[in-house]
Amino acid sequence: MDQLALLIAATLASGTPLAIAGLGLLINEKAGVLNLGAEGIMLVAAIAGFAAAFSTGSDTMAFIAGAGAGALLAAAFGVLVIWLNTNQYATGLAVSLFGYGFSAFVGVSYVGQKLSERTPFEVPGLAQIPFIGPALFRHHPMVYIAVLLILAAMWFLYRSRAGLVLRAVGESPESAHALGYKVRWIRLLAVVAGGALCGVAGAFLSVVYAPLWVEGLVAGRGWIALALTTFATWRPLRVLFGAYLFGGVTMAQFALQGAGVEISSQVLAMLPYLATVVVLAIISRNPTWIRINMPASLGKPFHPGA
Amino acid sequence: MNPMSRRTLMGVTAAAAVAAMVGCGKKEEPAPQAAAPAPASAPAPAPAPEPLKAAWVYLGPVGDGGWTFAHDQGRKAVEAEFGDKVKTTFVEKVPESADAERVIRDLAAQGNKIIFTTSFGYMEPTLKVAAEFPDVKFEHATGYKMAPNMRVYDTRFYQDAYLSGMIAGAMTKSNTLGFVGSFPIPEVLRNINAFTLGAQSVNPKVKTKVVWISTWFDPPKEAEAAQSLINAGADVLIQNTDSSAVLQTADKNGKFAFGWDSDMSEVAPKAHLASNMVYWGPYYKKAVKDVMDGTWKSERSVWGYKEGANGVIKINDAVPEEIKKKVAEVKEGYKAGTMDPFKGPIVDNTGKERLPKDEMPTQEWKDKVDFYVKGVEGKVPTGK
Repeated sequence: MDQLALLIAATLASGTPLAIAGLGLLINEKAGVLNLGAEGIMLVAAIAGFAAAFSTGSDTMAFIAGAGAGALLAAAFGVLVIWLNTNQYATGLAVSLFGYGFSAFVGVSYVGQKLSERTPFEVPGLAQIPFIGPALFRHHPMVYIAVLLILAAMWFLYRSRAGLVLRAVGESPESAHALGYKVRWIRLLAVVAGGALCGVAGAFLSVVYAPLWVEGLVAGRGWIALALTTFATWRPLRVLFGAYLFGGVTMAQFALQGAGVEISSQVLAMLPYLATVVVLAIISRNPTWIRINMPASLGKPFHPGA
Repeated sequence: MNPMSRRTLMGVTAAAAVAAMVGCGKKEEPAPQAAAPAPASAPAPAPAPEPLKAAWVYLGPVGDGGWTFAHDQGRKAVEAEFGDKVKTTFVEKVPESADAERVIRDLAAQGNKIIFTTSFGYMEPTLKVAAEFPDVKFEHATGYKMAPNMRVYDTRFYQDAYLSGMIAGAMTKSNTLGFVGSFPIPEVLRNINAFTLGAQSVNPKVKTKVVWISTWFDPPKEAEAAQSLINAGADVLIQNTDSSAVLQTADKNGKFAFGWDSDMSEVAPKAHLASNMVYWGPYYKKAVKDVMDGTWKSERSVWGYKEGANGVIKINDAVPEEIKKKVAEVKEGYKAGTMDPFKGPIVDNTGKERLPKDEMPTQEWKDKVDFYVKGVEGKVPTGK
């Protein structure tokens, strides 16, 4: 029973960075911009967050620094693809590679450094409930904020006027333009917001999850978040579900190995990817739904007045 | 020209430029000793002999705090030993791909007389380049293929793992140890087995749980694996992976763990029981000297405590004195050649005897370890 509670706790922590980054990319993509630079943005934010936590000792400052660094790099990407109309795929890859190299370069002196003592987090009262307490109520606040962010994004995208405009820009930038909306600025805002969320996810990895800095710390989670967004057919709640599913299967396969179950570890290592793809593909199997949810102008440049 | 295609081209060019930028950076470091004139003025009438050029090829950045860092410490030891008689060069972050061959060939063409390739994956490229440069000596770490001008070297990391096991066996309260493994290859299996045997030598009730993460380096994943071992009841952890994430996870949970490849005592002073070190310096000094003296010959060297290539350091004050004493005794045994972690009897975890009582294992036996010893839970993943 205790083991199961711990497994649930580990799942939530492991899924959180994926959910936050996935949500950021979802907002990007809903506005029609595909940002393949997520991995690089998360890396730059991870070192920025680590450096901030190292010098101030405050997690809040770390998340602000991470979000700021993510937003800045995303803004550069946004200007390139939105105003200069560079190819979104190539530019995104360039940002990814740049982020990898740049974070390694500025992070050299932080390798092997240690953050100040962390206090474990507990939700007062609730944390003492048997089973539920250790499973759900002993997490870093960011774990709960991630859920709130997902709910907020659902409200924003589907219940607010601003969200409607954002989706319109992603579906048909020409129509939005004809209605008088500033398509390029709205896209840039979405890209910056997405970058900031990827940044928060990166800072979570280096400051709360690992917590340490080494070159390449993010280790592919930016790419997983990108894939998650697509497989979740651009629905926020499914991104959250997919992230927890990925985290859960990852932790479950470790638990199985630790319990001495005789399945080859290579097969087990494959399971999180396989399970996430299969489950999300099944719940999102309706082709009409995919067509409705997929932003029609995703990845396509927009020229006003063309 | 259509502006779109030009811009697309710009994007791609930018990507390529960035890719080139983050690729391998090459650094030359002149010997630190300032006594001699700069190498550039070497051809001057002064009869100073040409310094021996030695080069290293690294897998990671020298700042990885682990594997490559340890090799670079070895390179620095060579500089300190020979001063202006050597000129060392290194190339870091060389992928184990076609790039490696190009880098090694470059180094050979630049007049390096001895080249160290410091990762298993460089075996084939090194072999290939060695055939093209018969008068350059090639040294490949942890491999097994040799040529008349290419030899291999390795260390006895399992000697460290056994000592760490003794400490772990004494410190565990749950009698459950956790091992975060990378890939089930003989090197790692030897370490798991030695760790477990060491623990059993002081605490027969100990069992070891193993979790494989299929990578050498993924700190968040290493942390996840460590967490799952702790959740399963392990209270002393060790890892055969490259970051300090396992140690930090143990610290967060109030458990114990070890440093690996480099001194990690600063990372988590309370959780850190000891660091398992590897010192490449002594071997590098010998290899360079072999070339200088003309005594270099193709052979395989596996060095351990006896040669000063391994060491368990910075043992935590919380470890009982009697265990520290036992650890010191085993170290002496290693040095004298009377002690080997795999001295028979070795029984695997299915009950089969792998080495009869009192028999000393041969190098060949150690090269082929493909089982868990008694006390390790589960089965070695085979991919089948």
